Amino acid sequence: MKQTPSQTVGPYFAYSLTPEQYLYNFKSLVGNIMVNPTEHPEAITIVGKVFDGENNVIPDAMIEIWQNDGENQLFGRFGTGTDSQSRFIFHTIKPKSVNGQAPYLSVIIFMRGQLIHSYSRIYFSDEVALNEKDEVLNSVEKERRKTLIAQKNGASGSSSGYEFNIYMQGENETVFFEI
Amino acid sequence: MSDIIYNLFDREVHPPYLAPEYKSTILRSPTKPLVLLKQSLSELSGPVFGDFNLGEFDHDLTKNSIVNGQPLGERIVVHGKVMNENGRPIPNTLIEIWQANSCGRYVHKVDQHDAPLDPNFLGAGRCMTDSEGNYKFYTIKPGAYPWGNHPNAWRPNHIHFSLFGANITNRLVTQMYFPGDPLLQYDPIYLAVPPKGRDLLISQFDLSITEPNFALGYRFDFVLRGNNATPFEKQ
Repeated sequence: MKQTPSQTVGPYFAYSLTPEQYLYNFKSLVGNIMVNPTEHPEAITIVGKVFDGENNVIPDAMIEIWQNDGENQLFGRFGTGTDSQSRFIFHTIKPKSVNGQAPYLSVIIFMRGQLIHSYSRIYFSDEVALNEKDEVLNSVEKERRKTLIAQKNGASGSSSGYEFNIYMQGENETVFFEI
Repeated sequence: MSDIIYNLFDREVHPPYLAPEYKSTILRSPTKPLVLLKQSLSELSGPVFGDFNLGEFDHDLTKNSIVNGQPLGERIVVHGKVMNENGRPIPNTLIEIWQANSCGRYVHKVDQHDAPLDPNFLGAGRCMTDSEGNYKFYTIKPGAYPWGNHPNAWRPNHIHFSLFGANITNRLVTQMYFPGDPLLQYDPIYLAVPPKGRDLLISQFDLSITEPNFALGYRFDFVLRGNNATPFEKQ
């Protein structure tokens, strides 16, 4: 049997996939609060933007985050169309290291103009030792590894904040995976 | 679980990132080769959605946004099965859909097409597959609508689908088209799919699911990425 081909998410996904975020009258199944920061003192915030090949911020992307470290399974989804700076924002906790791997989040990226979604990962800048010996990071060309690493105290400026920007093209093009 | 490896995207049927006829791909398609990732715990799992959150009419777009009457247009039933390449049904997986109304207008605030909104039609729905991987939606047949890709560009009638499947390798967002639509041959989004994959995106008219005096039936099955297990192996 042949796989069903992918098609673009298009520009009009929000009232079905992220309805409450975009203020449509339909209940959201998932959102960007993967853990409630008031209940988890160790909660982190990840913010970022998605850029096209001319360095314009993309205001109609949808980002999904999946994390599973064997202990917590968390899923989040957020569109870049409601923040005044077209950012995505996620509240979660940092996953644990599994089998000595550096902790990471799986990222799935959808947007108009992508006929098939992209996969990436978010690693963390304050996990230097684990990042240095991580098998996946080491499988990536050295100069491109930084595109996978969220910077602590980035755009949010808070002690639990990380910044992770996604570049679809250009010299900083994010590493996308075939998984 | 560590013995299970999921198949990669079959590039014989999936569209490429860059398809210049669909202009938005030009600045949004990755240009560097993808890095092959060894599948690990995170790739071999994915979100599980119980049906506890679904509303009574989430699967019925003819009823889920009624304000003062029934939505206008041709009622249809869309059903099918979700399975993987091994032919194994995928039960209890979330399907989300969205579409234009019968006039070709989306509720989304960005849609500026000068066609009427329907106060009784949102165009969003979702359901879980049953224990045998089957799903069913009731909706209104979506209209064609113009878009700015090229002069006199019109999208064929379509319903957007989002599926999760067994794990995040199975994630799929796609569009279901209708048989015999004359706009398909002009649509760069549909035509970005290699010839081998195109028929897989077209639903079939299905008299067996057509409900007398109520709604026409269409069948559309989904095949998600399979794995190296034989059909009878424990997964």
